[in-house]
Amino acid sequence: MWFFNSPQVVFGEGALSYLAQIHGARAYIITDDQMVRFGFVDLVQEQLTQANIETRVFAEVEPEPSLDTVRRGAALLREYEPDWVVGLGGGSPMDAAKAMWALYECPDLQPDCINPLEYLGLGKKARLITIATTSGTGAEVTWATVLSDPAENRKLGLGSRETLATIAIVDPIFAMKMPPRLTADTGLDALTHAIEGYTSSWRNDFSDGMCLKATDLIFKFLPRAYADGNDAEAREKMHNAAAIAGLGFINSLAALAHAMGHSFGGAFHVPHGRAVSLFLPYTMEFAANGGNYRYADLAHFIGLVSVAEPARPAPILGGGKMHGYIDLGQASPEQMTRCMIQAVRELETGLQSNTNAASLGIPRDDFARAMPTLLDHAENDTSITANSRVPERAELEKIFWYAYEGKPIDF
Amino acid sequence: MAKHKFGSPEWTQALHDELNASQAYEDAAKNWEGDFYFIVEPEGPVTNAVYMYMDLWHGKSREAKIVQDPAEKNPAFVMSGKYGKWKQVVLAKLDPIQALMTGQLKLKGNMTMVMKNVKAAQEIVRACTRIETEFEI
Repeated sequence: MWFFNSPQVVFGEGALSYLAQIHGARAYIITDDQMVRFGFVDLVQEQLTQANIETRVFAEVEPEPSLDTVRRGAALLREYEPDWVVGLGGGSPMDAAKAMWALYECPDLQPDCINPLEYLGLGKKARLITIATTSGTGAEVTWATVLSDPAENRKLGLGSRETLATIAIVDPIFAMKMPPRLTADTGLDALTHAIEGYTSSWRNDFSDGMCLKATDLIFKFLPRAYADGNDAEAREKMHNAAAIAGLGFINSLAALAHAMGHSFGGAFHVPHGRAVSLFLPYTMEFAANGGNYRYADLAHFIGLVSVAEPARPAPILGGGKMHGYIDLGQASPEQMTRCMIQAVRELETGLQSNTNAASLGIPRDDFARAMPTLLDHAENDTSITANSRVPERAELEKIFWYAYEGKPIDF
Repeated sequence: MAKHKFGSPEWTQALHDELNASQAYEDAAKNWEGDFYFIVEPEGPVTNAVYMYMDLWHGKSREAKIVQDPAEKNPAFVMSGKYGKWKQVVLAKLDPIQALMTGQLKLKGNMTMVMKNVKAAQEIVRACTRIETEFEI
């Protein structure tokens, strides 16, 4: 028994205008100061005004929102009593909105206690709308909530299926202003969702298609969106891909790259997408070395074999640098898996993303000192639950060090 | 290794011993504080509820026994489910976290503590799967 959860997804050019059709009295927009400066809050308010809905704005969500920010926002919601809560922004404002909404509905609830195991009874006072302004987290369609606990220097992977939005707006207008670095980081976050969602031990028939399609869209359109931010088609496809990947992973769960990325990102304040994608090829190798060759399906689906050159040997297996030079007739699932991992590395390199932790300028001694905490937090991150090969603590430490040094996983 | 009937005092003792012999569990549960009732609800061949009490504290099991009267203890956590679901979990055919998320198993207690100690829960299940277990059916 399992579930497939999804909000009503309103997508494509003009999707934002759907807000003018909703019914309600008061909406509280949860966002950050950048959304105000970009004029995005005005755009949202304009539509809600047309629907005769009064609005208030909380624009103080910080990156990696803290438990205290959530408590503060929830207190303001209780004062204003909105019937809509609107999360506008990247993952942080949308996650904060989910948690604030939960606390607004359940005043006795602590934000770090939002969990998928208990009935919360949300939806009696308000409903949630999420509006994504980046193309990566998929937070607009997921019930996952990542908050930070500054006291423990830790990111908390929380969530309840009840915190799923009623309406998710996926309008590419918001993605056009993303700078290249943010485009890459968020796009690679979406890729990590899609690949982990497809290969986790909780994968299922309903989520598989989402993950395959998202992976394909990301490989096709992320390099274009990164190279030319004005490429409207690439922006729209990436915006869709992020939401599709979100639907994929939230219904099958993310895995080890997320557990390690959360832990690492919390300790060294590395943006979420960059942190999880840094670990992705290493965790793919670790899973593949344990016999998980589902990555081969992804390689086939995105057409890595379409440039097969049977005349050449498969250099990928001998440490070559280019993917795709594999004879279609001879490639085994294991070979295609290695091919897919190499393709991920090449995509990350092409996007000038960090492919090892040392390249972020983290001194070796600092990394070593942080190791016990990195291990504790990664081991107890909820994302580790569904990894197809769960590492022992000593193995996890080795993966961290290999990822620090940029060494392929050979165990 | 001798086989033990699931839910028996011998099985409970075997789990206690497995946990205390497991370095992985000790590492994963080093911050865990809280005792448990694992309640096997009647189903099929099991006609009476079984109350398995375990006092788990900082990576060790301090006490484990079958309790006849549930009022005897007031543990911090209670995990309950039908016999058939427990059997699937112990046979590693049902992921206990998925079972909890779908309501096939139920958990009461401090959820903040649970959400921060996922690995400990996994190690308990792994310990269960290492016990040679006999089932009623």
